[in-house]
This record gives sequence, structure tokens and C-alpha cells, in this order.
Amino acid sequence: MIRPQDLLCPRPEGLYCAPGDFYVDPVRPVDRAVITHGHSDHARAGHYNVLATPQTLDIMRERYGGEFAHTTEAVVYGQTVARNGVEVTLVPAGHVLGSAQAVVRWRGLTMVVSGDYKRRRDPTCPPFEPTPCDVFITEATFGLPVFRHPDDKGEIARLLRSAAQFPERSHIVGAYALGKAQRIIRLLREAGWSDVIYVHGALERLNALYERHGVDLGPLAPATTEKKGDFAGAIIVAPPSAMQDRWSRRFPEPVAAFASGWMQIRARAKQRGVELPLVISDHADWDELTATVDDLRPGELWITHGREEALARWATLNGIEAKALALVGYEDDDD
Amino acid sequence: MRAFAELLDRLSLTASRNAKLTMVRDYLRETPDPDRGWALAALTGDLTFDAAKPAFIRKAVESRMDPQLFRWSYDYVGDLAEAVSLVWPARPGANREPQLSEVIDALRGASRAEVQRLIEGWLDAMREPRERWALLKLMTGAMRVGLTARLAKRAAAEMAHPDLGGVEPAEIEELWHALAPPYGDLFAWLEGRSGKPSSANPARFRPVMLAQAIDEAVDFGKLDPSDYAAEWKWDGIRVQAAHEGGVRRLYTRTGDDISKTFPDVLEALEDEGVLDGELLVIRDGKVAPFADLQQRLNRKTVDAKLMAAHPAAIRAYDVLQVGAEDTRGLSFAERRRRLEAFVAKEGSSRIDLSPIQPFATWDELATLRASPPEGDPQAAEGLMLKRLDSVYEAGRPKGPWFKWKRDPFLVDAVLMYAQRGHGKRSSYYSDYTFGVWTQNDMGQRTLTPVGKAYFGFTDEELLQIDKFVRDNTIERFGPVRSVRAEPHHGLVLEVAFEGLQRSTRHKSGVAMRFPRISRLRWDKPPGEADELEALERMLAQMEGR
Repeated sequence: MIRPQDLLCPRPEGLYCAPGDFYVDPVRPVDRAVITHGHSDHARAGHYNVLATPQTLDIMRERYGGEFAHTTEAVVYGQTVARNGVEVTLVPAGHVLGSAQAVVRWRGLTMVVSGDYKRRRDPTCPPFEPTPCDVFITEATFGLPVFRHPDDKGEIARLLRSAAQFPERSHIVGAYALGKAQRIIRLLREAGWSDVIYVHGALERLNALYERHGVDLGPLAPATTEKKGDFAGAIIVAPPSAMQDRWSRRFPEPVAAFASGWMQIRARAKQRGVELPLVISDHADWDELTATVDDLRPGELWITHGREEALARWATLNGIEAKALALVGYEDDDD
Repeated sequence: MRAFAELLDRLSLTASRNAKLTMVRDYLRETPDPDRGWALAALTGDLTFDAAKPAFIRKAVESRMDPQLFRWSYDYVGDLAEAVSLVWPARPGANREPQLSEVIDALRGASRAEVQRLIEGWLDAMREPRERWALLKLMTGAMRVGLTARLAKRAAAEMAHPDLGGVEPAEIEELWHALAPPYGDLFAWLEGRSGKPSSANPARFRPVMLAQAIDEAVDFGKLDPSDYAAEWKWDGIRVQAAHEGGVRRLYTRTGDDISKTFPDVLEALEDEGVLDGELLVIRDGKVAPFADLQQRLNRKTVDAKLMAAHPAAIRAYDVLQVGAEDTRGLSFAERRRRLEAFVAKEGSSRIDLSPIQPFATWDELATLRASPPEGDPQAAEGLMLKRLDSVYEAGRPKGPWFKWKRDPFLVDAVLMYAQRGHGKRSSYYSDYTFGVWTQNDMGQRTLTPVGKAYFGFTDEELLQIDKFVRDNTIERFGPVRSVRAEPHHGLVLEVAFEGLQRSTRHKSGVAMRFPRISRLRWDKPPGEADELEALERMLAQMEGR
């Protein structure tokens, strides 16, 4: 009987599969990498060979240029490839465009590396697919019972209400450049906002990439310097860092909004000077994390990063063996 | 409850006064009776509960979930009400969400044990943390959303139906003490559905008349000194003392009832009437420093010891009512004659007259302001000018009353820390902590912070300071940056302020009143900024007056 740690074990470079000789989401350059999704803490440049979904490879190419890896291997959702006899299948994770869980099978043992994931609907990517497994390896970015993300439609409605209430002001929505920004724009469209949405320059290429992959973002325009009044009543989407930057001064009395799971905590919103916190996250909240573990009832739960002690305690109290891997290098302060 | 929760949430994160006004006005417009009335009462502080202590809610949570998980959650969030609102493990099968008015009714009527059961049920029924947070804030009586009662009333005035031709906030202020929550009659009037409610309420608050700051360069050329009376601008707090129909009340200039804090003053007001004046601590016939008055303010009740040690008094400068007669329509000169007669009749050391300072020319008055005579005038903030023929008019009309403040104190200090502002200033470092030189324990010359200021500069200067902060950052602590402040490199700010007080909360031992940036001294090396000793000398002078 093989033990899970014989198939996958944590190393300083990341989670390593010895029999298949590959890493999942390594934080340092390695020979062979399986990448779950395109966020820069998971997808780094400089690996020799990269296996990922076509969308994720596209995102890496856009961010790092064509030379980001020596060779690449595109694997669509549900397709299985072998690595020295270890089977790897990429399954939707519902996090961002192209995001996948890596299902790793070897000699009857199934381990799932979830990467980052969420369980709710996202108009820009297919939903998380639960895969029965012996070991489920989960993130715990929002692994505390205080994180209970509300319905995203309600949050978008709050933004639209504020835009109607303050027609003379502009609304700047801080949103992570990959995934969150496009989801916010898409949600605005679904809520009936058909006006031009202005975007910060840092988002333009990723927006175009999403469009190429069939996500219709509607009319967009660059938020470049125009006369101040032109932005009255406008919604502007920008990376979180831009909101406190001198960049934001071109807008009339901007209302600072920020779409993030961290916005659940009032002190976080206050500290950043956010007036309209929008609790919209691409990570699973506490209820989604525990519901997922409960659905899968894996033999073991491994926790990669986040607030792992609370989720480990919950699992133990619910009769599931859990351990924290304490992997370093993944933290998503802006999501 | 959901709309009220959303309002509280947004108010608590909004710095702009105008934005707050819009939010409250829209809420009052869109929310039906009686919910909006209860909300207004909660926002104006006219409705507070201590129906349940936070400790009970903690127990309730810990009986429903793993206490360790709750502890971690509470540690992470830092605020009990907020932590509970987020983690609340709702029991299934809960009722529909409660209306704000249902919650208020229950909180007012039920026993403590009943209230606890009800609160648990409501928390179960609420779907969003925001609502649970609002409920817990309401229940423990701590709103703290940065909204003054005055602003809430102004918002009510702004929601008035256009047919009413505009309602002044002062009209609502005057009505206020005759109204009771949930203010159905007020809203009926504001929406044009019925007449104005009666304000006949003994010893109610009358909205006060305020002065404009004089513009020396413009105004004096146009004004005739013989039209005006001058008196000292006292450094206490403006109050209104009312005795009517057997009821005595003391109000701040915003209409807050502080009667319970100053029973000694009200006791002295034996005759019926309404006085406008300055509340001061007067010891042995001499005005005590403002800090002495602060000892008496912000207390719900007082004891005899405090009253004896810090005797409060009113220095009266106007009269709004004498017996049954409303005197507000009379001229200042006429009111002054009645005031003098009224104060003389009281014959109490707790009520005296603010004396009129005779003068013939503006130059003469300027000399008086620059060098006040011995005694109390040295503690004055400046002078007041009141037109002799002016009636008592609520608000801040232009022309009849002017304030002419004494020149502020000035100090050259060095910028030490800068913090990002809020709202439209959120991309600017606009709140500044500045310091002056002192010797540390090792005998080295170091800067010690003496104050914080976030206004006084122009937009152009703000850009310059912001750039300086970004280019000279040493460390960042969240929204705060420390900047280079060395003898030969740094930014000197000329800071203007109105006075100094001793302070145990500040390391430097002094606290400034109304500090603001008066000039940027790019020309001055930080090493030549002022020493703490200079402030200590000013303080000694002020105390020795």
C-alpha cells in the first residue's frame, strides 16, 4: 500500500510528485511544472516544461512573453496525460479563466490539488467540479469562520445604487487584474450596466485575452486623462494599487470601491480608505471550504496556504484527518 | 432593517459630509414610516439602548460553535460585534427578517432575558453580516458612524417636498424638542401631507444665531463703527439656558441637552427666560483655562465635589425670551437692555454679563484686540461685533454679527509622519504629524511629535507636500508613512493654533487647540525649527495670565 506522501510531498520549490517527477505550482524554476492557474504566485516564468490548460498557457504568454518556458503542453479540462505512469487530469476549479484542479492518480491512489478555487457561479469560467479522492489538498485563503461572502449580485447592486446616488462622482473599483476585473465587468453587464466601462491600462491586455476566449465584456475604454467632468457618473475598473496612486486624481471625487474577500473585515476597508467595500472573491469562503471537504469526505485533508489552523481544526472536529503543509509563497492579499 | 444596515455601513466608511447628507436624505425619502423615524432617532442619539451587554452575545455564539474557532475569529477581527455578526452560526428554520420598528419596539419594552432571546432569533433570521452588525450596534447603543445629530436633522430638512419652498435646518432644530420618535408628524409635514407640527414645548431649544468671520481687508472699509457693539469672544462653549413653564434646560449650540451635567448653572436661573451665552468655569471671579471646563463636559452626571472644584457659570450676551415674551424680533440694542436688567435681577455669581467694549474707530478696536486689558479678556479668543439694529436670526446671516479672532499662535515644526486622507483625498498624504526639537534621555537633540493637522494648505501645496512625502518615505505602517526629518533634510511647516493645554496623552506633554498648517517653509532647514521649550514658554504665559 503506497502512502500519499510517496506520491506528493512538499518541498521548498513547491508540491513535488516524485514518481512523476513534476511539481505543482512551483515557486522556483523547475524542470517540469503543472500549473493550476495564471495568478503570478502560482504561475511563474522560467520552468523548462509547463503543463496547463490552454487558457492558462495563454495567460502566461500574455504576462511573461512567448519565452516563459522552454516547452509547453496544453491539456484541456477532463483530458488525462501520463507522467512516468502517473496520470494527471485537469478539472475546472472555478477560480479564474483556465483555472484547474490537478487530479493525480497512481497505483489506485487519487490525490486532488485544488489550486485556488471557489464554488459559486462565475460568468468567466466553468464551475468547480468535485472529484472523489483519497487526499484533497486545499487552499485556505479565507479559512476562518468570519469569511462568509455574500451573493455577488447583491454586491454589484450596491455599486450600481451608489453610482445612481452620486451621479456627479466617479466610482473606481479596485479589482485584481486577472480574473476579478473581468468578472466584475461581466457581472455589471449582467446587472444591466451597458455604458462604457473605463479601465486602467494594466487591465487592457488581460481584458482582450478574456474577449478572445469568448467572455464578452461589452464597451470598454481606457481611463486616460480627459477633462475631469467626463468621468462623472462613470465606473472605472483598476488594479487595487492604482486607487491610492496619483493615477486616481484625474477622476471627479472618486468613490473608492474595492472588490475583495478581505473587504468583509471593516478594519481592512478603513485602513485602505475604501468607502464602498464589495465583498466579491474568487476564493472559497469558509462555508464553501467546509462544504467542499464535507462533500468529498477525503481520507486526508492537506492544507496549502492561508489560515490553515482553523480549517484543520474544523476538519479534525468533523472526523477528517487534516494537516497543514505550510507552503510558502502563495498569498493573495489583493483578492 | 436591511436598508438601515446598509446606511450605517456606508456612513461608517464615508468621510465626506456631503456624501453622508445625501445618504441620510435618500434613506429618509425611500424608507416608510415608522422605520425611518426610528432610524433618525438612532442617528441623532435620541434613542439609545443598553438592552443587552456584549458579553451575552459572546456566550450565545460560544454555545453554538467551537469556542476555539470563535476565539481565532475574534482575534482576527478585533471587534466583538463585528466578529459575531460575521461568524453567527444561524439555526435553520428562522423567521422572516425583522423590521427596524419591530426591533425597536421589542428593545424598548421587553425584559433583558426576553431581549436576549429575541436578539438570537433576529440574528438567525438575518441573512447578511451587515444587518447583524447593525443590530448589535443598535442593541449596545454604540453607533459611532461619524454622523452628528445636526447633520441628520439637516438631511431631514433636505428631504422636504418642493411645495414647501425649502425647509431650513433651523426650523427642524426648533421643532426638535417638541417631537418624539418615530416623528410621524415631522415626515407628514416634510412630505407636504400635513401642516407644520407645533413647537410649543416649554424650555425647548431655539436655533442659535452665528457670526461670520470678518474679512479685515474688505469688511472694515464698508462698515460704520457706530453701527456696531463690540464684546470679547470668550473661550468656553456656547450655550442656551432656558427656563420656561417651570422647566429648566441647558443646551449646546447644536441643541444637545446638557442640563444634567450642569445643574449648578441652571439652579441660578431663577426667572423665566432664555439666555444665550458662554459656559465657562469661573473661579474667584476669574475665568479658568478651557481645560477646566473640559473636566465638566462629556459627563452624564456630576458630583458635588466636581461642581465645587470646577464651578461653572454663564457669561450672558443675549436674551431670546423674557417671561412670556419672545425677544428675538427686537434689535440687539433693545435685547441688550433687557439682558442687563435680567442678569441684574438674578444677582448670581453663576450668571454674569459679557461687557460691551466701547470704541470709536476700527483702529481703536484693533489696538484693543492686539493688547487686551489685564484679567479675563486676555483669555478671550478675540472680539465679537454685533450690529445694534439686528434681530436675532437663526443660522449664519451675512452682516449682522462678525467674529474677529485674535491672531493665532505660530510655531515652526518639522513634518514627521503623513497619513493618507479619506474620500477625495484618498490618494493624497494629507494628514500630517509634526514635531519640534527636544533633548532625549541621552542628551541628543530629537524631534517629539506635538500635533496633527489636516487642513490650512491650498490644493497646490497639498500636491507639493504629497510629492515630498512620497519622495522622502523612510517606513510605511499601513496608510501612514514616516518621512525624513533631519536637521539638514526635511520639511518645516508653520503651524497656527489657538491655544495650548497640558496633556498626559502626548509624549511632549502639550496639546494644541485647532492646529492647522499656515505656511510651508521650504526655505527653512529643519534644524532651525522651534524647540519644545518655546511651546512650554507659551503655555506658561497662557496659564499665568
